[in-house]
Amino acid sequence: MTLLRVDRLDCRYGLLQAVRGVSFEVAQGETVALIGANGAGKSTLLRAAAGAHKPHGGRVIFDDIDVTSMPAHRRVSLGIALVPEGRRLFPSLTVEENLRVAAARRGRWNVQSVLEVFPLLQPRRHMAAANLSGGEQQAVAIGRALMSNPRLLLLDEVSLGLAPIIVDAVYRSLAGIISEGTTVLLVEQDLTRALNVAGRVICLLEGRIVLEGEAASLDRDRVVGAYFGLKRPA
Amino acid sequence: MRVRRWTRTSKVFTGATIAIAALLGTVPLLFETDVVQRLTNLLILVLLAAMWNALAGYGGLLSVGQQAFIGIGAYGTVFFAGLGVSPYPAMLLATLVAGVISVPISLFALRLRAAQFAIGMWVIAEVVSILVRLDQNLGAGTGISLIQLNQYAPNFRQAYTFWLALGFTVIFLSALFLLLRSPLGVSLQAIRDDEDAARSLGVHVAARKRLLFVLAGFGCGAAGVLIGANTLFIEPGSIFSVQWSAYMIFMVLVGGLGTFEGPILGAILLFGIQTTFTQGGPWYLVGLGATAALFALALPRGIWGTIEERLGLRLLPVGYRVVEMKSEERAS
Amino acid sequence: MTIVNAVLQGIFLGAFYAVLACGLSIMFGVMRVINLAHGDIAVLGAYVVFVIVQSTGMSPLVAFVVALPVMILLGYVLQLAILERSLKSGILTPLLATFGLSIVIQNLLLITFSPDVRSLGGNAGAITTSSWQVTSGLSVSALGLVILVVAVLLFGALQLFLSRTRAGWMMRATAEDADAAELVGINSRGVYARATALAVAIAGLGGLFLAIRSVFDPVSGPTQLIFAFEAVVIGGMGSLWGTLLGGLALGVAQTLGAHINPEYSALTGHLLFLAVLIVRFGGGRVSLRAVR
Repeated sequence: MTLLRVDRLDCRYGLLQAVRGVSFEVAQGETVALIGANGAGKSTLLRAAAGAHKPHGGRVIFDDIDVTSMPAHRRVSLGIALVPEGRRLFPSLTVEENLRVAAARRGRWNVQSVLEVFPLLQPRRHMAAANLSGGEQQAVAIGRALMSNPRLLLLDEVSLGLAPIIVDAVYRSLAGIISEGTTVLLVEQDLTRALNVAGRVICLLEGRIVLEGEAASLDRDRVVGAYFGLKRPA
Repeated sequence: MRVRRWTRTSKVFTGATIAIAALLGTVPLLFETDVVQRLTNLLILVLLAAMWNALAGYGGLLSVGQQAFIGIGAYGTVFFAGLGVSPYPAMLLATLVAGVISVPISLFALRLRAAQFAIGMWVIAEVVSILVRLDQNLGAGTGISLIQLNQYAPNFRQAYTFWLALGFTVIFLSALFLLLRSPLGVSLQAIRDDEDAARSLGVHVAARKRLLFVLAGFGCGAAGVLIGANTLFIEPGSIFSVQWSAYMIFMVLVGGLGTFEGPILGAILLFGIQTTFTQGGPWYLVGLGATAALFALALPRGIWGTIEERLGLRLLPVGYRVVEMKSEERAS
Repeated sequence: MTIVNAVLQGIFLGAFYAVLACGLSIMFGVMRVINLAHGDIAVLGAYVVFVIVQSTGMSPLVAFVVALPVMILLGYVLQLAILERSLKSGILTPLLATFGLSIVIQNLLLITFSPDVRSLGGNAGAITTSSWQVTSGLSVSALGLVILVVAVLLFGALQLFLSRTRAGWMMRATAEDADAAELVGINSRGVYARATALAVAIAGLGGLFLAIRSVFDPVSGPTQLIFAFEAVVIGGMGSLWGTLLGGLALGVAQTLGAHINPEYSALTGHLLFLAVLIVRFGGGRVSLRAVR
């Protein structure tokens, strides 16, 4: 069953067109990775799906509901949650306050269960978010998104700015979340991780989809070629 | 392609403007004294609007305290006349003082962010107002007359005041015009459009803003001098009143923030409104305030700005236009 | 009047300024907006209480409770009709729009109520007139004490609200990052509206105190705005307790000035404000290179 459908989405920043007529679907339970070089439009696409960016044209349909003009906070109550690029925690609020301030929906995730999945946060429960390390902040950011028990979890560059060991830990926790059936759409710069964690991969270049397919069956060279926009030899 | 500054429209209009200025010089010879007084008021409004636009429209500096310089100009005249200087030279001196005082004020005022700058200037105006009120020689709270002007017969006095107003208006508008046409002027437009981008291109934002601030200090001082000369009696409550800022905001917002012609249009509009609603009182002020707020929210470019945008019209050549060359020109 | 008494009276005056400044500080803290009509809104609040007192004979303090819902509603209207639009446009737009609003409010009050100066001190009863002589040089007025206590309670309550309640966290979160707040399900429009409603209600309280301790007329607004803004700046913009301290500092500066010469009271306050601005922002060497 299709959970998210993006239909000829067109996103702009002033005169700059970041997403040009992109269409794709994400089925319930899938894990899809959006890859592509910087500036390819991946983050913008994710933000448009979450409601943080108003598209110039096209539609975003979630669970058969047209959410294109719906503000972000209402989409959260429908079950879409975005972990934004750069974490974007509330600096003066503590870890617990960051979690509690998020709108909650009924489900398996609450403050207690989030802290169980990210045990490194337990001793820092009452610490201001500004004082956390990068990895801890990423954990809180993911936890904060989970508080709304989302049906669709959007992750924007969770590995950015973090040491590989920390990223491993983050992805291990993610694997657990994914195995419980949450639908995940993630943007990831690291090709290897993307191909490892995702069932399907979509590659963007300059705002358009240039490659789409099962992660397992995709030839790595083909992916790299699409990523950089290299023309295949005749 | 060629980059041109003058279009046929702007040539015609600039020529017309110079002719109008020359024609205005004959006003005192043709009209009754009270008409001349009212037209002097119009020129004062044009000057004030142009100066506030120089600050806000080209420098992004929203000042709610220019009445400080207006008051300094007016009271400066009284002060110098009191020292024995002849009235009209005293006026020039007072204008100079207002401009010079703006320099040290600029040293700290320009470092302030938007709201602090706006209210900071207002507080400075209040401080000057209080200092004047405390001075018995300047009439304290009750006000003072420019009695030295009585040596002139009323129609001569009004004529001289009108010509001084015309002279000031022409000088300050020309100064602004030349400023905008110079390389400095292009950088000013850049600052207005995107300050950080301008700074990253090496534009010395601070120095440019200081220039605008000092120009506005001179200009508002000149306006204050003229207000004093035109009404003969000044008192701190009205000359330092924030009402002046309200008028300036209205004229520039409605006329067209950041355009050269806009403030002039706004001044003419306000003059028209004031002439029609002399008995208006609070209702007319409600109208002014509401209109200014509406323009800020809905029509930020003002009347002229919107016209300019829709029609691509520029009457005075402060910008550049890229022109496609005709084929004959290209061949040579 | 000794200097110590001047300082004491300054503290009472400063508490009043702090209440006046509180709403301005909230709006700046949450939305980065300085509402130039803030003083006029406080005066409007005073007139609302005045009307209720005139028509029902209630004590002004009780009348304020009745006026409160009106002020809260006004705050919502202000945010949704004017401020929300101006927030999207640029830094200057809120200042310009609220300045226009200030003029509209003043003149509508003038039309409705005439320029007469009024006061609610007489209606407030004993509270306005009682005072205690602590020593031969020190006197404590009941009203001054009440305002001081209310100010401290008000700031304390706000502090608790912001640090202990989810609604308070939501407000802080939206203030720190409105975009991220939306993404976690916080309706930022609603938060802003609540902040403005709170600010306007507290401004009304400031207006009530103005009416009781002193006099007011339709054009008293700008003066209150200037004092409120000075209190916010002196105490440090964006700091809630700073606004309380800034108000106290302003009050003391004014009474000390008045102690030297009654005509100096507002002046010393202004000079303190300008001095704080210079020290905080005006330092550094200035390049006098010729403009290229």
